[in-house]
Amino acid sequence: MKWLGAALIAGSLLLPPFLAGDFYINLASQILIASIFALSLNLLVGFGGMTSLGHASYLGVAAYISALLTSKYGLGHGAAALISISGTIAMAAFFGVIALRASGLGFLMITLALSQVLWGLAYRMSNVTNGDNGITGLTRPAPFGISLDNPVSFYWFVLIVAAVAFAMIAIFVSSAFGSSLKGVRDQPRRMAALGFNPWLIRWTTFIYAGFWGGVAGLLYVYYHKYIHPTSLSTTSSAEALLGVIAGGSGTLGGPVAGAALVLLLKNYASAYIERWNMLLGFVFLFIVLVMPRGIVPGVSKLVASLREGLR
Amino acid sequence: MMAPASDHALEVVNLKKAFGGLTVTQNVSLTVRPGERRLIIGPNGAGKTTLFNQISGDLRPNSGSIRLFGADITYFPPYKRAHCGLARTYQIITLFASDTLEHNVTLGLLGLRKTRWQMWLPLSFYDELATEARKILDAVGLLQLAAYPISEIAYGEKRRVELAMALAQRPRVLLLDEPLAGLSNTERLTVRTLIASIPRETTLIMIEHDMDTALDLADTVTLLDYGRVIVDGERDAVIADPRTREVYLGG
Amino acid sequence: MQFWIIQGLNSLSLGGLLFLLSSGFSLIFGLMRIANLTHGAFFMLGTYFAAIALRSYDGLNIWVTALGAGLTVAAIGGLFERLVLARLRTNPLGQVLVTLGMSFIISDACLMLWGGDSIPVPTPQSLQAPTRLFGFVFPTYRLVLVGCAAGAAILLYALLERTRLGAMIRAGVDDGQMARAVGIPISRLFTQVFCLGAGIAGAGGVLGGPILSAYPGLDADMLPLALIVVILGGIGSLLGAFVGSFIIGFIYTFGTALFPELAYIILFLPMIFVIAFRPQGLFGRVLA
Repeated sequence: MKWLGAALIAGSLLLPPFLAGDFYINLASQILIASIFALSLNLLVGFGGMTSLGHASYLGVAAYISALLTSKYGLGHGAAALISISGTIAMAAFFGVIALRASGLGFLMITLALSQVLWGLAYRMSNVTNGDNGITGLTRPAPFGISLDNPVSFYWFVLIVAAVAFAMIAIFVSSAFGSSLKGVRDQPRRMAALGFNPWLIRWTTFIYAGFWGGVAGLLYVYYHKYIHPTSLSTTSSAEALLGVIAGGSGTLGGPVAGAALVLLLKNYASAYIERWNMLLGFVFLFIVLVMPRGIVPGVSKLVASLREGLR
Repeated sequence: MMAPASDHALEVVNLKKAFGGLTVTQNVSLTVRPGERRLIIGPNGAGKTTLFNQISGDLRPNSGSIRLFGADITYFPPYKRAHCGLARTYQIITLFASDTLEHNVTLGLLGLRKTRWQMWLPLSFYDELATEARKILDAVGLLQLAAYPISEIAYGEKRRVELAMALAQRPRVLLLDEPLAGLSNTERLTVRTLIASIPRETTLIMIEHDMDTALDLADTVTLLDYGRVIVDGERDAVIADPRTREVYLGG
Repeated sequence: MQFWIIQGLNSLSLGGLLFLLSSGFSLIFGLMRIANLTHGAFFMLGTYFAAIALRSYDGLNIWVTALGAGLTVAAIGGLFERLVLARLRTNPLGQVLVTLGMSFIISDACLMLWGGDSIPVPTPQSLQAPTRLFGFVFPTYRLVLVGCAAGAAILLYALLERTRLGAMIRAGVDDGQMARAVGIPISRLFTQVFCLGAGIAGAGGVLGGPILSAYPGLDADMLPLALIVVILGGIGSLLGAFVGSFIIGFIYTFGTALFPELAYIILFLPMIFVIAFRPQGLFGRVLA
């Protein structure tokens, strides 16, 4: 049953370029990018039990490095992407060492603080980052000479990256390491007694989550061809966290559904409602109070109970 | 006369642990020979679990040393001690409630293997782990429950899973923290038989609050009270010792 | 020389404001173990309150305004605590998220009601003339602010050390379970402390108005400072909040004056160091 559902969804991902107009194809690309980002955050939140309010750092740093290298220093996209991801991984490793000195609320606050430092830097060091104006006029890469400037070809590009990301993260979660991560989330003391090194497992996951966050960041800057300090802000991290929690952090599909929901709300709501942030706030309240485990678990519970009722 | 230190499975020397003004472990020394079955007894608050916590690395002693087969593990983090051959069970159940019995035991098997770092293959790919996990569950009489989540089995069965996980590590020294606590009579019998059947390659050190339950499993006994070793030696000698009765009945 | 004196006084007045902001945050965190991310918004509400009230009613006294804002914000905080936070006692992550959500709601509401421009808050007439001391000229209002902070510190100290409420708060901070066990009505205490914390922040917002002005984003500027002060000073410690506020006041003021581009790093570095090497802060207990 689960495989049928997954196959249907996978199939529907192939449809947009054939059925929909440019606006919807672009929206689909954005949803895929947000999904990768949400999945990377969920490695920390759902599977690692480490709630971070600073995940946008990795998206932003990768985006900014790529933007600066290609626009100011004329580097090719391939080299820029490589340096970008390497830089993001290095930063994740460094931040991880600091953040993992604490757990729970302390961890949350450190990740918040670290991302605020980056935001402050992006905002104030205008001679490097262009500050509040952001960096504009960026280009998309052209892998194997294929231009990604039109929505359809960009969508295929993102879809391929997303498929690889989903597959790798799904395997990661069900792998031996993934099982040890979940074990450390649930019973760290017991895991240590069994021979697992909790700190090393958390730190490795932190870096891996940063890696995929960086990948999402590259796709993000390619899509928008523009980067601004807001993408590094706490609001950005909070939106991602909301998506993960709203969708259901214990699952793989949950964060994707949640990210899609947040993105759709943002795109549509901001057309009709000026106060997007306020709506976001109310949605936070609603989800936490009414559906604390998220939409996907809520819906699967509903489906399961319907099945029971039909027997 | 004295065997060299590295011949002892576990050697604790002058261990001291204080929390603020309260000294919970006072100059505790004991040696356990390989294959021995040692029972540590004492009234509530005697410091038995605190002693275990220092041996397993969950607590740092203020002074003193702990040697495992000659290696000084006093300041090793818990996971490192597992790799030196130490395993323990806990007083409270610390199993993975939403996972199956098989998965719990599999984790016990993974902890010491390089495979635990594998990120690119699903765990189910390793059938040899699954086979061995099921073998271990069979040895503790729980194979028929292998696919059930921990949350759905009885307390006595959970205790057996705890034991299974510890045995999965093939430990050289196994610390059992009140393994019989809270069990019904039948469950108690099953677990005692299990403990008795553990091969002598594994040195056993048990804590029990109630003397009678675990006495016949033990070769030697250490009696603790107020953080100090009061009596220490062969089981029958300790039972006969007048100080033992004093600790439990009066004093 | 005048530069150093002015920056010094600015540091002190910022420190005073930070104390008004972070004392409430520290109390809430210490007692309820909630990192109240709404706290910056509570402060901002006070500032907007001052901006609107003092510009509309010419002769209005700033102290009365501070009291009014304090009570209003305390009421808002209390409602939020009763209706939302109280339902999430077993969900600490959820508590953090709803305080974040609430901060979005309040800040957007301010944007909606009063627009995106910065609204300056007039300095009270009686305090506009500069003070001359030791041959230097000091903006009077800033001196008064420092006095206010000191006064608030004394009042809070008296509250905590000399009243029954204070004793209950201290018991709750020390050992929540034990406090419950001896019959302290924890639930009601939580609401009272949340109101108190929010109220102090609101009043602080009013008093900070003449210096900061009311603008969208004030909450996002103030909240990280409260976080840093409390982490530096130690959770649940009033003395820590007091000392931490002035340390951060100095670091921020001189940092921004001397190295504006690196302001955020200069600010967060101490916080990161503290969490990494002394998680309990200068005077507090260990985090989480």
